[in-house]
Amino acid sequence: MEMKHPQAAPSDSARVEPGSETPFLGRPMQRIEDVSLLTGRGQYGDDVGVKPGTLYAAIVRSPHAHARIRSIDSARAASVAGVRAVLTGADLAAWSKPFVVGVKAQMEMWALALDKVRYVGEPVAVVVADNRYLAEDGADLLVVDYEQLEPVATIDDAILDDAPVLHEAVGSNVVSDRTFRYGDPETAFAQADKTVELTVRYPRNSCTPIECAVVIADWLGEEEGYDVASNFMGPFSLHTVMALALRVPGHKLRHRYFRDSGGSFGVKHAVFQYAVLMCLASRKAGAPVKWTEDRLEHLAGLTSATNRLSTIRAAVQNDGRITALAYDQLDDCGGYLRAPEPATFYRMHGVLTGAYAIPNLAVRNRVVLTNKTPAGLVRGFGGPQVYIALERLMQRIAVELDLDPLEVYRRNFISADAFPYRAAAGALIDSGNYQRALELLHEEGGAAELYRRRAAARAEGRLYGIGFAAIVEPSISNMGYITTVLPKELRAKAGPKNGAIASATVGIDPLGGINVVIASAPAGQGHRTVCSQVVADVFGVQPDQIAVNVEFDTQKDAWSVAAGNYSSRFAGAVAGTVHLAAVQLRDKLARIAAPQLDCAAADIVFKGGKVFAPASPDKSLPFLRMAASPHWAPALLPDGVTPGLRETAFWTAESLGAPDEQDRVNTSAAYGFAFDMCGVEIDRNTGRVTIDKYVTTHDAGKILNPALADGQIRGAFAQGLGAALMEEFRYGDDGSFQSGTFADYLVPTTCEVPEPHIIHLETPSPFTPLGAKGLGEGNNMSTPPCIANAVADALGVKDFTLPLTPSKVMDLIGIDEAPPSKASTFKAEPAPVVAVAGAAVPGGAAAEVKPSKGGKALAARGEVVLDAPPQAVFDVLLDPSALVQVIPGCNALEPAGENRYKADVTVGVGLIKARYQAEVALSELDPPRSLRLAGAGLSSVGSARGSGLVTLEAQGGGTLLRYDYSAEVSGKVAAVGSRMLEGAAKIVLNQLFEQLGKTAAARGKPGKTRDGVEIGNLADGATGTHHAASASEAPKPGLWRRLLALMGVKS
Amino acid sequence: MKPQAFDYARPESAEEAVSLLAEAGDDARILAGGQSLMAVLNLRLAQPSVLIDVSRVPDLNYVKNDGKHLAVGAAATQGNVEWRPELAREVPLLAQAFPHISHFQIRNRGTVCGSIAHADPSAELPLALLALGGQVVLRSRHGRRVVDADDFFQGMLMTARAGDELVEEVRYPLARSDERYAFEEFSGRHGDFAVCAVAAVVAPDGIRLAVGGVSDRPRLQHFGQLAGADLDGAINDFAWELGAKDDHHASAKFRRQLVRHLGRTAIERARAQEST
Repeated sequence: MEMKHPQAAPSDSARVEPGSETPFLGRPMQRIEDVSLLTGRGQYGDDVGVKPGTLYAAIVRSPHAHARIRSIDSARAASVAGVRAVLTGADLAAWSKPFVVGVKAQMEMWALALDKVRYVGEPVAVVVADNRYLAEDGADLLVVDYEQLEPVATIDDAILDDAPVLHEAVGSNVVSDRTFRYGDPETAFAQADKTVELTVRYPRNSCTPIECAVVIADWLGEEEGYDVASNFMGPFSLHTVMALALRVPGHKLRHRYFRDSGGSFGVKHAVFQYAVLMCLASRKAGAPVKWTEDRLEHLAGLTSATNRLSTIRAAVQNDGRITALAYDQLDDCGGYLRAPEPATFYRMHGVLTGAYAIPNLAVRNRVVLTNKTPAGLVRGFGGPQVYIALERLMQRIAVELDLDPLEVYRRNFISADAFPYRAAAGALIDSGNYQRALELLHEEGGAAELYRRRAAARAEGRLYGIGFAAIVEPSISNMGYITTVLPKELRAKAGPKNGAIASATVGIDPLGGINVVIASAPAGQGHRTVCSQVVADVFGVQPDQIAVNVEFDTQKDAWSVAAGNYSSRFAGAVAGTVHLAAVQLRDKLARIAAPQLDCAAADIVFKGGKVFAPASPDKSLPFLRMAASPHWAPALLPDGVTPGLRETAFWTAESLGAPDEQDRVNTSAAYGFAFDMCGVEIDRNTGRVTIDKYVTTHDAGKILNPALADGQIRGAFAQGLGAALMEEFRYGDDGSFQSGTFADYLVPTTCEVPEPHIIHLETPSPFTPLGAKGLGEGNNMSTPPCIANAVADALGVKDFTLPLTPSKVMDLIGIDEAPPSKASTFKAEPAPVVAVAGAAVPGGAAAEVKPSKGGKALAARGEVVLDAPPQAVFDVLLDPSALVQVIPGCNALEPAGENRYKADVTVGVGLIKARYQAEVALSELDPPRSLRLAGAGLSSVGSARGSGLVTLEAQGGGTLLRYDYSAEVSGKVAAVGSRMLEGAAKIVLNQLFEQLGKTAAARGKPGKTRDGVEIGNLADGATGTHHAASASEAPKPGLWRRLLALMGVKS
Repeated sequence: MKPQAFDYARPESAEEAVSLLAEAGDDARILAGGQSLMAVLNLRLAQPSVLIDVSRVPDLNYVKNDGKHLAVGAAATQGNVEWRPELAREVPLLAQAFPHISHFQIRNRGTVCGSIAHADPSAELPLALLALGGQVVLRSRHGRRVVDADDFFQGMLMTARAGDELVEEVRYPLARSDERYAFEEFSGRHGDFAVCAVAAVVAPDGIRLAVGGVSDRPRLQHFGQLAGADLDGAINDFAWELGAKDDHHASAKFRRQLVRHLGRTAIERARAQEST
């Protein structure tokens, strides 16, 4: 640990005085949490015992991105033995109301979908049973009749004038559109030597805790309300949102937090939605209900970082000095604007000018809804989205002005003597020394050596780049920042909101032991360790004499709306408040001890387990005895001292006011700083980006525990690396979610994460009790642009999107590829059927699947030769008794109108098998030349629909059948099996046409055996063209018969 | 993520296992290491009526060198093979492939026969079996049949195994003194499914290159005595013929690039090895 450049902080009575003895604070103490965690005695949410009679919930979720719910039939689900209740949207109005929203818009979000679903994974019903297995059995049998609607999958699509609207009552997918202007940006741009502009996108991603959501909810009746335990970790302003949604006063919603947590990284704020849902499920079931989120639910349905489309412009002078910035930002908050969104925008609002002295700023913020999971808090919240734009722009400024990036930084950094510095949009940046951080990159980070390594690598023809990123890291959020989204008139109407109240209680027991209670809901950071360090120093005792309880209980503990574990508020706010409470109690002890020690209270020192006045050390009292005695002999308390040894302190940062008339807002109480530098090498054959060196310089004010601080930095760095190179929640153009496992959503492991070189400097905050600031989110903000800038430097590229996967990087490098030779058996996929066949295909767009815009829907084109004439093939398709044999895995088929059927189909690929209730339709009939075959099905593992044009052409005595198919698969199968979908579709098509040819041949040429029909293996290469076997290439006997038998089709 | 109810049978012998399989019909599934099957069950992507657990069948738990093959029984784990001190001499290609197969904890549970039966198109063990010209022994109540790897893998997750057959044994040919072997893989992270994996065998009668992760099953190509630009051209043709598709992990073009790059690398590495 480096301790650089400490500054004396202004002192007040509660501050740790410079030079005062802190044997524990500031030291790399081991975590007191770890012994129980490492020996299997942790109490995570799922470990906690439940009341006898507790039932277990499974949630039925939408497989569709956008659909109307026509009806829900829960009769079969409810009939499963052991299923005790089914909660659906119809139950909600009696006991709840929609969650409150941060903007003025008629957007209703209930705990369950009522009339529409707006994202894959949206809860539609809850099945409550004796155990989770039975609950899932019931969930599989719940029948929801959906009418699919056109989805809105991207920001670009959502803002089109003719876009489908998610919330009809709002009338638009843009639910907030605000512009802000600070200083005089127009003049600055007009007078600039140059304007540098960049358009960037930040993807949907997350930080994925090992432990998913856990909720245990208990409806205790009208008198007592709800008692719920969950790993929702705040902000506890959302407790109010929960209580309002449940239509109970706050005291009738008791929320308790578990002792241990398997991580949150912000995302567990979204558990609040499920806490409400399980409260309702408990009320319906008449019993306590427990729900443990599984990984698929977590990835698909809980939350995500907001994806953003930004256009950023800088007005620059030729020397690199930036005189104005302009942002045009569009945030995709998903299917609903769920509290605290649109906070992704406004957490960063005051500090949009970053680490730079830029007086002029223009901002346009639009909040957009699309058919995706509601966005929310993810570690770094709001920062990665801003800095990928701002810090990429810094790199572009250096490139376009032909300056060393470090020069651009040096010329724009806020100067060290300007703190506290009021940024253009209102942030009061408390302290810092950015120039010193830059010097440290040279002195300790080895910047010059890195430049030499780059030169040497490039001389050898290798792809090597250097990137930088400087970020201001806000901590301790202003509870009023979100109101910046409202125009000032509406803000005035709603009443002022500001501050960031933290609370802590310190007490002493009758044996002199010390206990501490915080309203902090930690997620593994080591809050108990740090609190014990803080308190041990105040009382001059050992940390193991202190118990810290973090099982935050809204009915018993001191708390306020800002309580919880988010916005890096622990070190600055919570630990500081613990210090304040401990000092209050120590001062009381001093008043009690003063008569015994025959000195003034102010002279008493607590040190080394003793209480004494330095003037007469021989009179010292043992701490335990002195601290216990007031319990036993209150009558001996000095005049004016009340009984009781328990002090609660509340603290808020005075600098946190409400947004002002000019929309300026000090969004956070403290602002740390990180300055990163990295060198990357890129493999020009594989596109793999390898970190050669990563240096991260942090200034988070006073460091409370250097070991924990470095752990936070390493963790954030790993997640930032993941965001830069791997992590993305991917959606199909149909809004299907396709990253439902950790094989699809790649998180870096220890094998992929190098050790960063960490450098600290400490410029204490004048605004927090201990001078500390948050530091756990910095690398989530700095590492993605730092790596992106290094890749941009290595490849000389400007436009690209994260994550920089090898495939994408290889595209940036360029793949020089020779076409297949003439000798190759490769054939490109046939052109679309209509063009090739020249057949008369009826017009009109009967296709139920629109051609995919991005080409990501499953599509297949091909040809097969069937050993039967076109009329025979056509007849089979129009004959239900034959069709039942042709459709792969068809268990039953019944007519449902002209050329429409309802079918019960089992689709099987390898060991995977799913039973779909399907509709099959034939249209565009042009006998015997062409028709369209369409199908749509729903199963417990999701939905599928496909449509294909089939053309038939006589060839010899048989038929050349061409097909041009597109299909969409959504729900669970798409979420966990995206790697397999293409192959699975091929197999199903294979089965379909194999059977078609066989059945037609059997009819058209009586007596012909099935082996007379050959179907090429459609999966065989890319050609898709197959011809009847010659005598010398006999088909593989029995294979298809066996496969079909496996599918349940008897041939 | 809880499976539907199923029956569980733990036979004591291979004979009993195939007998149970014949009785239970198509809805039975063989459980060995469970590293793919259990995930599929928990996701309810399959609902077998009975699991026949062969993991503790003594007569299926073997790894033996029969002079021609390394024969691996259905209950033998990947770890059982990987940790054989002789493996690098017996089947050097396997020794090179194992570190790419997920993580050691999974190899300690997963079985070789299970991976072959599952036929994931990105899996390393089917790829190595195909490259070496190995065999699969299928056993049913009616007897045994031996299927060449080339015939066994038929599509994504699709094999020549019939519903009543157990993959009883997999046979990896032992190294030949006149052949050299190399395995190369590219994946998103250490231990992930291969975006592209290749196995090269350089033999007196020419070069064989097998590729996994690109097509819907491992695919093998013989290149004869081609060298230099002719070999590069032939590998490029092979890359195209594999019919790579775009997906979220990699574009088709990127996969072809990997086939060319890893293919050339593996062949060069094999050639550079000393003959044994």
